[in-house]
Amino acid sequence: MSEEGHNLDVRAQRESDATILYLSGEIDLRTSPQLRGTFLELIDEKPNRIILDLSGVSYVDSSGVGTIVELKRRTMRYKSEVVLVGLQTRVRSLFEITRLDKFFTITNTIDEAREA
Amino acid sequence: MSGRDVLNLNVTSDAAELPNVRDEIRAWTREHGWGDNQIADIVLAIDEALSNVIRHGYNGEAGHKIDFVARALHDPIEGEGIEVAIRDYGKQVPPDRICGRDLNDLRPGGLGVHIIRSVMASAKYSHAPGGGMQLVMRKYQQPNTDTYDRQIGKP
Repeated sequence: MSEEGHNLDVRAQRESDATILYLSGEIDLRTSPQLRGTFLELIDEKPNRIILDLSGVSYVDSSGVGTIVELKRRTMRYKSEVVLVGLQTRVRSLFEITRLDKFFTITNTIDEAREA
Repeated sequence: MSGRDVLNLNVTSDAAELPNVRDEIRAWTREHGWGDNQIADIVLAIDEALSNVIRHGYNGEAGHKIDFVARALHDPIEGEGIEVAIRDYGKQVPPDRICGRDLNDLRPGGLGVHIIRSVMASAKYSHAPGGGMQLVMRKYQQPNTDTYDRQIGKP
């Protein structure tokens, strides 16, 4: 895999009722601080719903799921929803192994995430 | 089984090295006939173990030495497998205190050891001679041992 494939790219799309973050690449100990920074900026905006499109994420480790859990915990304080979309099989497996899947709404498409 | 039976990697406590380590492990395990799901398990366990060393053994400081050896196993009973030994020279903690946390809590952190124990057949921590910690993990190429199937309860 190229060096670029190991990086994490994040693109935000703001809608009236939700902010969608399109993530692609890998979320590990190296890239999770970057993701955490993005999340902290987003939390300041207090969107009603945060949709994380993970369909482009090929690898996540425990620091990655931990960063997403931290986002969930912080947004619970102002009753925002965090919805995960398009998890690749191995990424979904990690959420299941750690039993974190029960704490999140997980959908296949962004349209479903808007309604979830 | 083919390819090099032992893989030694020069690793330091720098998170920037993790992607290359993952690539090396993927290539080496593929050479030794592992399937995609099992390769992903092994890569994840090694990544989690090295991340723990960086974060806890060396308090996030880059540049410290980590010894890494992966070895192909040819066990007459268990069959083909892999043994991974990771040794650091950092903080020592009692091995019996290295355990996963309660998974009923929604909180970050404390998941690495649980993941390692979930995806590998065995994982044993010990004090390394002369200081630091050592982790030895094993996994075998048995059928129906893919993590995903085990976790969701498929036979």
